[in-house]
Amino acid sequence: MVSQIISFSRNGVADWLVQRVTAWILTFYTLFLVGYVLLAPEITYDGWHALFASTWMQVFSILALISTCAHGWIGMWTVGTDYIRVHLMGEKAEALRFIYQIVCILTLVIYLIWGIQILWGIK
Amino acid sequence: MEKDNRPINVGIFDLLIFKWPFAAIVSITHRIAGVALMVVIGFGLYALELSLSSEAEFNELKMMMASPLGKIVTWGSLSALAYHFVAGVKHMIVDFGVGETLESGLFAARAVVLVSTILIVLAGIWVFQP
Repeated sequence: MVSQIISFSRNGVADWLVQRVTAWILTFYTLFLVGYVLLAPEITYDGWHALFASTWMQVFSILALISTCAHGWIGMWTVGTDYIRVHLMGEKAEALRFIYQIVCILTLVIYLIWGIQILWGIK
Repeated sequence: MEKDNRPINVGIFDLLIFKWPFAAIVSITHRIAGVALMVVIGFGLYALELSLSSEAEFNELKMMMASPLGKIVTWGSLSALAYHFVAGVKHMIVDFGVGETLESGLFAARAVVLVSTILIVLAGIWVFQP
C-alpha cells in the first residue's frame, strides 16, 4: 500500500500513460536539440543564447523538464519496487526503498527547479 | 503482503543459473541506460547553465568538452541517451500492437541493438574526431 501512495499517480495504468506521453514529448525535444547541434553550421554563444531566450524554446524546454521529472520518477519508482524488496533483502527493504524513493524525488525536483532557474535567468 | 502468487523478482544468485534471452538483455540494458540518464541530466543542466551565463563561460564549457575527460563524458552521455531512446521508440511501436509476438520481439531487440550501435559509433566519431 505504501508503494501505491508513493507512485506518481497512484494508479498503474495512469502512470503507464504518463510515461508514454512524457516519452513522446522528450523524443521530440531530443530530436530537435540533436538536430540543431548537428545541423547548425556553427554553434555560437549568441545563436545558442537567442535560441533559449525565445518564448517557444522556453516553453518547450520547461515542458521537457517537467516531462523528465515525471518520466524519470515513474522509471525509478519501478526500479525501486522491483528490486528493493523484502524477499530479496529482508525486512529493512521497506525503509531502504522509502529512502531511495525520497532521494530520487528530491533529485528530480532539484533538477526541475534548477532548470527553470537557468532558463528564466537568461537576460 | 508477500503471500500471494504474483510473480516476483528472483535473487541475484538465481540470475546466474537462468538463461538470458537476447530480448531480456536488451530490456535490462534499456533500464540501466535510464538510470544512468538520471546522472546525465545533472551534467546536462550544468553544461546548459554554463552555456547560457556568458560568452566567457560558454567558451569555458567548450574547452571542458574538448578535454579527454570531457569527450568521454560527452560520448558516454550520448551513448546512454541513444540506447535508451532507440529502445524507447521500440516500446512506442509495440504500443501500437506491432511486434508483440515472440519472433517479432526478438527481431525488435536485434533492431534496437543494431540501430543504437550505429548511433553510438556515430556519436563517438562526432565527439572524438580530431
